[in-house]
Amino acid sequence: MNREVRLIQGNEAIAEGAIYAGARFYAGYPITPSSEIMNECARLMPKVGGVFVQMEDEIGSIAAVVGASLAGAKALTATSGPGFSLMQENLGLAVMGEVPCVVINVQRNGPSTGLATKPGQADIMQIRWGRHGDQSVIALSPATVAECFTLTVQAFNFAEKFRVPVVLAADEVVAHARQNFAMPAAGEIPIVERKHPTGPPEKYRPFDADDDGVAPMAAFGDAYIFHISSSMHGPDGYSNNNPENANWRINQLHRKIEMHRDEIVLTKEYDTDEMDVLFVAYGATTGASRAAALEARKNGIKAGVLQLITIWPFPDREVAELAKRVKKVVVTEMNYAGQVAGEVRKVLGPDVQLEKVNKYNGQIITPQNILKAL
Amino acid sequence: MQTTGREYLKDGVLPHMWCAGCGIGVMLNALLRSFAELGYSKNEVVVVTGIGCTGKTDDYLTTNALHTTHGRALAFATGIKAFRPELKVVALMGDGDSVTIGGNHFIHAARRNIDLTAIVINNFNFGMTGGQASGTTPSEKISSTTLYGNPERDFDVSALACAAGASYVARSTPAHAWELTQHIKAALTKKGFSLVEVFSPCPTNYGKNNQMADPLQMLRWLKEKGVSREEYAQLKEPEKDGYFEIGTFCDRDIPDFNTRYEEIRARALNA
Repeated sequence: MNREVRLIQGNEAIAEGAIYAGARFYAGYPITPSSEIMNECARLMPKVGGVFVQMEDEIGSIAAVVGASLAGAKALTATSGPGFSLMQENLGLAVMGEVPCVVINVQRNGPSTGLATKPGQADIMQIRWGRHGDQSVIALSPATVAECFTLTVQAFNFAEKFRVPVVLAADEVVAHARQNFAMPAAGEIPIVERKHPTGPPEKYRPFDADDDGVAPMAAFGDAYIFHISSSMHGPDGYSNNNPENANWRINQLHRKIEMHRDEIVLTKEYDTDEMDVLFVAYGATTGASRAAALEARKNGIKAGVLQLITIWPFPDREVAELAKRVKKVVVTEMNYAGQVAGEVRKVLGPDVQLEKVNKYNGQIITPQNILKAL
Repeated sequence: MQTTGREYLKDGVLPHMWCAGCGIGVMLNALLRSFAELGYSKNEVVVVTGIGCTGKTDDYLTTNALHTTHGRALAFATGIKAFRPELKVVALMGDGDSVTIGGNHFIHAARRNIDLTAIVINNFNFGMTGGQASGTTPSEKISSTTLYGNPERDFDVSALACAAGASYVARSTPAHAWELTQHIKAALTKKGFSLVEVFSPCPTNYGKNNQMADPLQMLRWLKEKGVSREEYAQLKEPEKDGYFEIGTFCDRDIPDFNTRYEEIRARALNA
């Protein structure tokens, strides 16, 4: 297969990956360090028959993305900390209305404006819990330029398959890294399309889930007329204040992800066959953890690396399984509290030691920083 | 031929939830009649609502509908229309939705000239939450949050939309139901951003707080004080006080966003 090899930036790879996945709608608002995604989508969307709209703010951006998705588009927006905060309420609507969409959050240092051009990984809990009320989303985290492309495609595939917003939890390091990337040929990566209704239009109910937990989704303008509501609603999409219905709805929003958990949770292992120490990493800290593990092995410490590709739902079983075989787990991340380390701690046995390597000053974590924890 | 628009009204939903004397029902009637008179199919219509009394309107409709978050109806509607230009997109909002929390989306939707119709029920206060002041509560008026008089000024919603670049703007009231329907039809068929502002009675809150608790009293006020723009222009300054203009504020032909974007696409393909 002929593949074009390009020296490409992570943000560019995300934009290219979105187009490859079939995205034909982008709405956004400029913000460092995600802006190149927007610039690329502004350039590419009109060329592929798509639509690009520069909105008045991030609240409007995610709203327009949801609107376009309901009109049948694969749609995305990209942002960073402050913009991601602004998107939370309408992202909640996407959860409630089961509207597929992809939000790229190129994480930067915070809080507030923080170090606007420097990396961070402190939005992990916000991605999971940033919206009010019970809800569930999927989040993936790329560690390389290649993964910026492939995981954007994966994000769209999950969004479309499960009718759920998917957050690509990138960071400034990977977003601005430039690496050689062999562009996949058309058809090389499978592309998932949302399930469309096939029954009689008068019987269509937009929240009537099939056995796989996902209801077929029509597009505005099709033969199927439908209602989508931010308010609690019944299977037909109209308001419904019945407590039993509310139970069913909230269970449904979680169930469709829980029942496909094994398909959604993606991890990668490096040198985990025989090890004493497990490094857990995601995004920008993956490369440093791999380098640190190789260095440790030179010094006689058998270290392996577990890269979390899926952050939410959390790969608890994968972590627990590997952690059984070691005495020490080292979790490396660019935030103060150890947002992922806390999740790892929940699944460790009582005699496994947890070391946290955290840096939150806008500087990247080096292999040397990690080796000090051994 | 009688065209009441009954087919766009969901079975079994009446009586509606709005208070006696509220103007939203009259607006809904005018909107559904407009759909019928224009021959719109339920499939091609998408009604987008926000939050508040007006935001409940989607529950009564058989067309496509999207009930959104407070203030953001126009941004959701923008995404729908930008991706699927053949759809007839209508955003129904109150004054809280449109120009208080959602003011940014309002002016930018008008500036962008996205081809959809915004209908703003302006009842001069937040009705659903108990009569608090909004961006359209007139100066000195009483509300739950301006118990001693409103220290702020009100937006002229129609003038704001014209200034922001809308293609068509009109104001009417439920006391002028026929004219209201004509304005809604004109707005729906206008290419570009269109606004119909509906000065509307809220006897339960705004009326009660401002010596117009009787629904009829509020309707009478709208009927008597709403004068054509020509009549209004001839009133002398002290007489103007208390009167307001109804009718068409602007009606102009400007290329809408989707038309312009088609040109951009052609240019991008050749770039």
